[in-house]
Amino acid sequence: MSTAAQVVRSEWTKIRSVASTVWTLSLALVVTVALGMLISALAKNEFGGMGVRDRLSFDPTFISFAGTGLGQLAMIVFGVLVVANEYSTGMIRTSLAAVPQRGTFLFSKIAVATVLALVVGMATSVLAFFLGQAMLGDLGASIGDPGVLRAVVGGGLYMTLIAVFSMGVAAMLRSPMLSLAVLMPFFFLISNILANVSATEKIGRFLPDQAGSRVMEVVTPIGDDTPYGPWGGLGIMVLWVIAALAGGYAVLKRRDA
Amino acid sequence: MIELEGLTKRYGEKVAVNDLTCTVRPGVITGFLGPNGAGKSTTMRMVLGLDRPTAGDVRIDGRHYDRLKDPLTYVGALLEAKAWHGGRSAYNHLLCLAQSNGIPARRVREVLDTVGLTAVARKKTKGFSLGMGQRLGIAGALLGDPRILMFDEPVNGLDPEGIHWIRNLMKSLAAQGRTVFVSSHLMSEMALTADHLIVIGQGRLLADSSMADFIAQNSRSRVRIRTPQRERLLDVLQGAGITVVDPGAEVLEVDGDKSEAIGELAARYRVVLHELSPQRSSLEEAFMRLTAGSVEYHAHDGPPSGPRERPGPRQQWGSEWRKG
Repeated sequence: MSTAAQVVRSEWTKIRSVASTVWTLSLALVVTVALGMLISALAKNEFGGMGVRDRLSFDPTFISFAGTGLGQLAMIVFGVLVVANEYSTGMIRTSLAAVPQRGTFLFSKIAVATVLALVVGMATSVLAFFLGQAMLGDLGASIGDPGVLRAVVGGGLYMTLIAVFSMGVAAMLRSPMLSLAVLMPFFFLISNILANVSATEKIGRFLPDQAGSRVMEVVTPIGDDTPYGPWGGLGIMVLWVIAALAGGYAVLKRRDA
Repeated sequence: MIELEGLTKRYGEKVAVNDLTCTVRPGVITGFLGPNGAGKSTTMRMVLGLDRPTAGDVRIDGRHYDRLKDPLTYVGALLEAKAWHGGRSAYNHLLCLAQSNGIPARRVREVLDTVGLTAVARKKTKGFSLGMGQRLGIAGALLGDPRILMFDEPVNGLDPEGIHWIRNLMKSLAAQGRTVFVSSHLMSEMALTADHLIVIGQGRLLADSSMADFIAQNSRSRVRIRTPQRERLLDVLQGAGITVVDPGAEVLEVDGDKSEAIGELAARYRVVLHELSPQRSSLEEAFMRLTAGSVEYHAHDGPPSGPRERPGPRQQWGSEWRKG
């Protein structure tokens, strides 16, 4: 068996044998779906009182993904712990003694975690959509409507990419606490503020989560002048992820373990 | 075989390992001895490719560590305690290591049995005692049935039974023709296990010799004499050309292996002796003398506020050595 295949098997054993994998991923799913359902139910009640403009911008698909903002934090924790726990526990020395090819080690680990995040991300997205639409009742969208399938697939990809981005950042910072202290406030607060304050709006919308979440929108809000489309936005997010992974690899390659 | 060639590691201004050249050979236990902070752990990390040397080279059977296919089948290492995820069971910890090097899962159960952890194999390792942790680390080192084994301070924090077990394990591994490289800051421990000694201090090689040669070269033999007729004996010894180390001391000491000559002199001149004993300074003393110039932190006997004492034999060597 090739070294890479051996290391992938080993990383699968690692990831399935710690409790944090289960609780972070199930939290991501439950929070995203439950919050999406709650906000969908609230949106249905408020629809009657909305103005014409708001009704034209009403995007039932995007509303069902409203829990993503909070649920993604659990995905960030998952991504951070998968990588940074190697450092905080001292396991990294054992791991690199077993697999001295550092690129093989890092990317096998990230590949395994990414596949797992993708499975959970897709399940989350599909559940969030259908249960959200059930809450919205006759206001809901159908999976066959234009752009809806793209948004549901995109929602799963978004959750996955957030986790992979966090893995890259954790590989650069090498500490779970530091990584979480940087990523959590950034994605929960700072990115939203930058994207919604007019002075920083033009920069803010190129941040990974702001650009990436565009893929979950089906109805473009009136007056929107975002310079990229849904896949363009996801592409910007992919570039961020590649940059984070390259940074993480460079740090692992260069530093002593 | 492990070959170190001009191995050097600098952290900024500080030199942790300084131009270290030596070879660790198969079939014997090679003790890697030095005060804490001498660079032992750094050297071992460089052997495993965990730390990159600033200069020089280290090779395993002629190859760099990262060129070894399935390195755990070449080199097994016990690094400092607890180099694993505490939330994972002992079995799964070893299983993921085994899989990464293509080692069958059956071997995991074998090594767990060898180190006596079978009963707790499914328990999370964070509940393990220090001794159980050392056993798990050793299980990881044995996993690939490697020809080379490296143990960094394996007896640290172990109870006597555990120390005895590790000692015997290392001896049997060397007897099987394997290369066993074990670090310690305790000379007394090395004296009981090692056949060959590599001594370093402040990253520099101080000695590389067999244990027997090391003892012969570094220990001084002396004769200790007590007598109620000290003035007379001093005269006799002086007359015979034998120098007493410190004629003012209560117990007289003479350098060299001269107890027979002194006994005969005392009989001829009818001097009463209460004691005439050949002394061989212990390995601990030899080690301290060797590393005296290289210990990073000295402790002094005098009161903290008193005048600075000149470094001398009364220093308590080792009482403040930094852990490294």
